[in-house]
Amino acid sequence: MTTKASILGYGKTDITNFVIMMVIAFAFVPMVVQTDYWYSSILIPWLCLSLAAIGQQIVMGFAGQLALGAAGFMAAGAFACFNFILRVPDIPFFVALILSGLVAAAFGVLFGLPSLRVRGIYLMVATLASQFFIVWMIDKFGWFKNYDTSGIITAQDIVIFGKPFTSPLEMYLVIVVVVTVLTILAINMARGSTGRNWMAVRDMDIAAESMGISLLRTKLQAFAISAFYCGVAGALFAFTYLKSLEPVAFDIKLSFKILFMVILGGLGTINGAFIGAAFILLFPVLLNSVGNNVFHGAIDATIISSIEQVVFGVLIIVFMIYEPLGMARLWDNIKRRSRKAN
Amino acid sequence: MTQDRKFPIGGPILEAKNISLSFGGVNAITDSSFAVLQHEIKAIIGPNGAGKSSMLNCINGIYSPQVGSISFKGKKLQKISPNVIAQMGISRTFQNLALFKRMSVLDNILVGRRLHLDANFLQIAFQLPKARTEERKNREKCEELIDFLEIRGIRDTPVGKLPYGLQKKVELGRALATEAQVLLLDEPMAGMNVEEKREMCRFILKVNDEIGTTMVLIEHDMGVVMDISDSVVVLDYGKIIADGSPDEVRSNQQVIDAYLGVAHD
Amino acid sequence: MTEFLFFIEVVVAGLLSGTMYSLVALGFVLIYKASSTFNFAQGAMVFFAVLAFVGFMELGIPFIPAFFVTVLLMVLVGFCTERLVLNPLMNQSEDTLLMATIGLGFVLEGLAQAAWGVEVRRLDLGIGDFPIEWIIDNLGLFVSALDLTAGLVAAGMITVLALMFKYTKMGLGLRAVADDPGAASSIGIPLKNIMLLVWSAAGVVALVAGMMWGARAGVQFALVDLALKALPVLIIGGFSSIPGAIIGGLIIGASEKVLEVYLGPFFGGAIEGWAPYVLAIFFLLYRPEGLFGEKIIRRV
Repeated sequence: MTTKASILGYGKTDITNFVIMMVIAFAFVPMVVQTDYWYSSILIPWLCLSLAAIGQQIVMGFAGQLALGAAGFMAAGAFACFNFILRVPDIPFFVALILSGLVAAAFGVLFGLPSLRVRGIYLMVATLASQFFIVWMIDKFGWFKNYDTSGIITAQDIVIFGKPFTSPLEMYLVIVVVVTVLTILAINMARGSTGRNWMAVRDMDIAAESMGISLLRTKLQAFAISAFYCGVAGALFAFTYLKSLEPVAFDIKLSFKILFMVILGGLGTINGAFIGAAFILLFPVLLNSVGNNVFHGAIDATIISSIEQVVFGVLIIVFMIYEPLGMARLWDNIKRRSRKAN
Repeated sequence: MTQDRKFPIGGPILEAKNISLSFGGVNAITDSSFAVLQHEIKAIIGPNGAGKSSMLNCINGIYSPQVGSISFKGKKLQKISPNVIAQMGISRTFQNLALFKRMSVLDNILVGRRLHLDANFLQIAFQLPKARTEERKNREKCEELIDFLEIRGIRDTPVGKLPYGLQKKVELGRALATEAQVLLLDEPMAGMNVEEKREMCRFILKVNDEIGTTMVLIEHDMGVVMDISDSVVVLDYGKIIADGSPDEVRSNQQVIDAYLGVAHD
Repeated sequence: MTEFLFFIEVVVAGLLSGTMYSLVALGFVLIYKASSTFNFAQGAMVFFAVLAFVGFMELGIPFIPAFFVTVLLMVLVGFCTERLVLNPLMNQSEDTLLMATIGLGFVLEGLAQAAWGVEVRRLDLGIGDFPIEWIIDNLGLFVSALDLTAGLVAAGMITVLALMFKYTKMGLGLRAVADDPGAASSIGIPLKNIMLLVWSAAGVVALVAGMMWGARAGVQFALVDLALKALPVLIIGGFSSIPGAIIGGLIIGASEKVLEVYLGPFFGGAIEGWAPYVLAIFFLLYRPEGLFGEKIIRRV
């Protein structure tokens, strides 16, 4: 029989895992990690990009829609947040963040419309339109950038209940709160009927329709929620990691990066988003430090970044061939095997 | 047939009138009319390519016939998408398995409960009481169904990994979970051995008996058709050549010539 | 009248630069026809091929030998792709293959940069990007010599490929494979050789496209982004049609120039970046199979 759920439909292991992770995030990390570098160059971008990857995961991993434009929605969220804080006096930061997500979600619905007619690479091309259009729009209409001509605008400070959160540790804590809440919501949706509808559409759309699932509503909903996550991630990314707003930061390369995160991390799993983001972010750091420490800078930086590209490409091919469900699945297999061994 | 059914056969619930369907000039169905009576089990038979599956696809809204109309409980099903038709009370299984491959057996059957869930995504995301109670209720229903179909052992297996016969059973389960008034079953017993077929028949008859679900099924095994159906429609080259009780159809000369005749040669 | 002449000039410039998109799209169509694979890496192949070519020239190899060495290299790339990527992924879903070719694209881009560096190279084909006097004198139009050459080269390649498809044994085999790979291999058509050939042909097309692009815009990473515009071209023309790739390229080329010149100023310019994609979306809504593609009928 099924194990009886204890809290909100979650089993005992889920809750233990959750508690452990919260202790690590809120107590262990702030106590142990003292250098700003770790917060501002590793943890903060990792969490922001994980959030964007969850967004990509929802539309692609769960709903099976091949979208390639996460960075466009991130840009929409980032600039929306900038403008809300700029133009609405005393707007609480979290309210601005949620509204930014909603703005991105509106774009998500708009550019998700082609998914009702097409799939696969056709959809991918259609979503590329969103990538190029959104970034262009922000760049060309001065209002979005508050008529700043320098090209780079400094992001406002994050102020919550009158207290500014500006040090790397403080910003990290703000992000952990947002990411925790949004991750739990995503898991709830993924496990509930929302997620089942997405996956049904992904696995066999005609059968899903015959069970009473509206393809129109389900696909657009996935696009909207996905873009919401990307929008919030984009705002956090700009305000805490970049600390500035520039449309070029959200170019197609970032969209590809996020795509790779979910493919390598594992399509259709929430933890795959975190694993993939960690890998895509940490691997270059690792490669650079190897370059610096082992070869003492003898290898050109451009060569190192080329090698990084080759490795990502090779890994994608290898995963497609041997484990299309990515690193999350590998991890599951390792866990299962070690449990058997015990 | 048993005369004292809990749900005696009633009037027409589903009616096809003069429907024609063609794909780029090729006629799949030509000017066909028939009626399905409430609570009956109706079989559609005919040689391969006779238009049987196309017929089900028309009823369920996947195809829309160029000519003619289909009505369900007096309402026309013209240009209505499958999900709306499902809402009206018609569900189905598919000829070439259309399960959600990467999802578990339980999840597949839970998707069948789609129309009995109405919490929106926010209520689900925040796990509000409404979402939780309805999820619990529907899970209980699915567990009952899993017991009924005797597939508890594979409850958490991704369906893509199951053998064909079991997948067919899961697909029946998913269709049953909808609690639709009319079930369209497209070759529910294809590729099964005698044992499995007998089991499947038992399920179909039991559901029809206990809940009164009207069934329209496509089947090739004549033995099965004659055993379980109340009436039979015979299609050949997209045309209906006979429609009546199994005995009538069996003795119909046209049917013997066009269909059974071949087998008896 | 000058208004009209100007319009014609814009259209002609657009059409000619459109042939460059056509060239990229052509390589894509070749592979799609033979293996039903959406080769996302075609843009990367363009970049890889021309960078290799310039690299060989820098080593002191003269133009023509360098060209053939690069062709051999592209055949090798095709061979490796066939054996290491496509073969193991046979019978996988379209989406899986597409993602694998995205990976392949990254590999090629990375390899090219690791081998030949990232700085922008000039490629001098001996044809300048300046208007041809004769046309100015006789028609009063400004038409770039490079554009015209690219157009002619594209037309030449297309003719050769079309003839090959139609009249050679290999072309016949290719069409058979495109129709039904299983049946083709069961009657003894060597599937692997055909695939190798197609990938090599796509490689050569990529090289030529890259040389044209490189001569105009410099050999640089931005070529990959330019090559992405082959995707809307394919949506308009249809993924499986050679004439479609040509017409699609021309439509995209001409319309993006016209839109940029006449609508651009109202929106602050640079709408070339997204206009082709939006155009593609409109095509998707009204004619998802493209102008020349086969109608997609989904059987249930």
